[in-house]
Amino acid sequence: MVSSAIVIGAGIVGAACARSLAMAGLDVTVIDRSTAASATTARGEGNLLVSDKAPGPELVMALAAAKRWPALVRELADELGDGFPGIEYEPKGGLVVATTEDGAAPLLRFAAAQRSAGVDARELSVAEALNLEPDLNPAITAAVHYPQDAQVHPVNAAEALLASARRHGARVRQNVNLSGPILDANGTLLGIATNEGELHADAIIVAAGPWSGEVARTLGVTLPVLPRRGMVLVTSRMPKRIFHKVYDADYVGAVGSGDAALQTSGVVESTESGNVLIGSSREQLGFDDRLRVDTIAQIAAKAIRLFPFLADQAVIRTYGGFRPFMPDHLPLVSRDHRMPGLWHATGHEGAGIGLAPITGELIAALVAGAAAPCDPEPYSLARSSLEPHLTAVA
Amino acid sequence: MSEVLVIGAGPAGLAAARAASDAGASVVLLDASDALGGQFWRHLPETRPARNEKYLHHGWSTFRALGEALESSPTVTIIRSAQVWAIEVLDGVAVHAMIGEPDGARRERRVFRPDALVLATGAHDRTLPFPGWDLPGVFTGGAAQALAKGERLAVGERVLVAGAGPFLLPVAQSLTRSGSRVIGVLEANRAARLARGWSPRPWQLLGAAGKGLELAGYAAGHVRHRIPYRLGRAVIAAHGTDRVGSVTVAKVDAQWAPVPGTEHTLEVDAVCVSHGFTPRIELAIAAGCELTPNRFVAVDGNQRTTTDGVYAAGEITGIGGVDLALAEGEIAGHFAAASATESVSAPPTAAIRRRRVFTGFAHRIEAAHGIRSGWSGWLTDSTLICRCEEVDFGSMRAAAVATESESFRSLKLGTRAGLGICQGRMCGRTTEELLCALNPNRELSDGAVSDRRPLASPLRIGELAHPSSQNNARKGTP
Repeated sequence: MVSSAIVIGAGIVGAACARSLAMAGLDVTVIDRSTAASATTARGEGNLLVSDKAPGPELVMALAAAKRWPALVRELADELGDGFPGIEYEPKGGLVVATTEDGAAPLLRFAAAQRSAGVDARELSVAEALNLEPDLNPAITAAVHYPQDAQVHPVNAAEALLASARRHGARVRQNVNLSGPILDANGTLLGIATNEGELHADAIIVAAGPWSGEVARTLGVTLPVLPRRGMVLVTSRMPKRIFHKVYDADYVGAVGSGDAALQTSGVVESTESGNVLIGSSREQLGFDDRLRVDTIAQIAAKAIRLFPFLADQAVIRTYGGFRPFMPDHLPLVSRDHRMPGLWHATGHEGAGIGLAPITGELIAALVAGAAAPCDPEPYSLARSSLEPHLTAVA
Repeated sequence: MSEVLVIGAGPAGLAAARAASDAGASVVLLDASDALGGQFWRHLPETRPARNEKYLHHGWSTFRALGEALESSPTVTIIRSAQVWAIEVLDGVAVHAMIGEPDGARRERRVFRPDALVLATGAHDRTLPFPGWDLPGVFTGGAAQALAKGERLAVGERVLVAGAGPFLLPVAQSLTRSGSRVIGVLEANRAARLARGWSPRPWQLLGAAGKGLELAGYAAGHVRHRIPYRLGRAVIAAHGTDRVGSVTVAKVDAQWAPVPGTEHTLEVDAVCVSHGFTPRIELAIAAGCELTPNRFVAVDGNQRTTTDGVYAAGEITGIGGVDLALAEGEIAGHFAAASATESVSAPPTAAIRRRRVFTGFAHRIEAAHGIRSGWSGWLTDSTLICRCEEVDFGSMRAAAVATESESFRSLKLGTRAGLGICQGRMCGRTTEELLCALNPNRELSDGAVSDRRPLASPLRIGELAHPSSQNNARKGTP
């Protein structure tokens, strides 16, 4: 009988796991080596996207998440009341455009395949796209509208999930450093050693995002999660002129690519506060967080290609972060077959905000032996697409 | 010829540029404004010079001499209206600047890759929030002085000056000289603390006689204009509809908490409030320089930071005033040139001696006048903390209590405090201190600081997208 769990990592995925586990009746402790909602969770845009996902297991999870979020937002609001910082859930929809002649056909093919997998993907004429986004560059060659795409305030959403977990009995301990595993003679994980003493639990869940590889190594197993850096530009506040998440179709290629070199793609959206967020970049540099001006200059140029008026708008801030990259581009929500007692909820790359609630519910179901909200097999550590990477890293 | 790049043309930067040039380096001096002198020697534009600048400015002749030497030197290039917006440390240091009027349609994007860099970015004055501080007619000491020194504008007819620190005195003097009637200067600290801060080892102050004269000059001005100087008092609220018409003044205790029952109202049409200075360290952070526990740029005896080839001088290494800035600038410029040209020359012993004298002075200012935590006692829930984003104290407290967050970053993103156009220059440190005090464990432990701004100034997206000219600034380029 599993009755207690430790979640390592207090980002949005860890927070969602903690909430679901606590609601399932487990005694839950969350530890973070720093503070909650401060690393990858605080470095993104808050995307809940189906539009960038090809038919397959990640899309299945994204569709389930898209359905789950509105109810979750209501649950959290009811639990936490008005004083809590707003989650800013906005089902604004996505608009994906091709900006080259060559890019049009692949975008439309991609959308058609998504439609057959249950995505609401509506092909638009240029005029219809301009109707949705009047300031969009009219030189686009194709456009697809995705009404299911949405956005949240990622930090406030993570804090809300964590506060809710606390209300269901979870303890959150920040600034606690993991130092090693506590194993029995058979190699079953019984707990963890930390700088604040030993903690024991029936299930230990690694939800440390891009640092999950490091955490797993400390516990004695390998995990092929790598940091993939991304940068965002923030403009000053302005009257709303961008109404959807609008991005260049080449973004899908960048997301799905395994290339370590710099890739940038225009991704533009407004926030509730009136700032426009501009992405995106993908680059594998380890945990090097030094500013690279060429990267943000490329992002700026691609944003102007989508919305020419942005050229005269002021950018006031830039931030960057690390996404948890998996070599086979699928999240990992699974027991670790190599070490009983160990579980993983990580590897969502840029989709962790959107997929967090389903990830939490799935891990809670797996740990507690309850009915899973979706088929867990594709997210298993034992899947065949991970096999070469597990041995390669080992 | 090896190149030393100096950022900031206030006292420290001017002294650094001069010393680097004297030591044989080619020097490029960048400043964001269209005139030399920085905040301290802010003056009327050359096109309409004033006769009495030398009376308005301490050390005006020093400034004139430095400026003239640099402008006439064939190996010094001065680039005005140069906004440094990023420093990149990949293979060596790259300084990214936009050259031209900030509102100009066509600024030039330039990248400098100097052999050595001197950061002399100075400080801006810090004002703690109080109810009504966002009313027109409430000025920071720095803004009031800028108007007085740079524009000769009187901020009001009946003005109260309040806050903490020796800076209040020159502010009052500038206001008087530009035609305002200063009805009083309120220093939050009490006599006992001032005495404790200023009096130990008084012999150390002997060498700082010039500093004493500077303050004596301000004090004499006060006597002449009959300006009352009161200790242990603070402005705790400003009132008015479309402009400040009165302020509430109260006694404050040793920790600056207002003493109930001591409030009274004064009629004013302007109030200037300043509680100290915040060093402008974002470029030093961008350059990878380590900070001291008090969050100034850490330097060694040669003013060298922890980043190779990067030196720092002036207020960013400690708030110490013009004389310390001049001494540090000279030392930094000297050693930056030595490192750039890979040569050895006699150390600037006179400047090193002056630095020792005036460093003691800086410690005394902090000991006597540094901000105390009780001030938040004069806040109300509706007092704005972050004016750019209109975040009030009540919503900050609600977020801190609801989330129990120990993360400055997550609370900042959650409340939006410090996310506006000034990027927390005005409210950043105040926001940090308040959020820290509101946390149940009195701790923010994510390591994030409000001074970190990878984009050191806003720029247009089009400017960022536009390719830069990568060549170093040499003579002959604009």
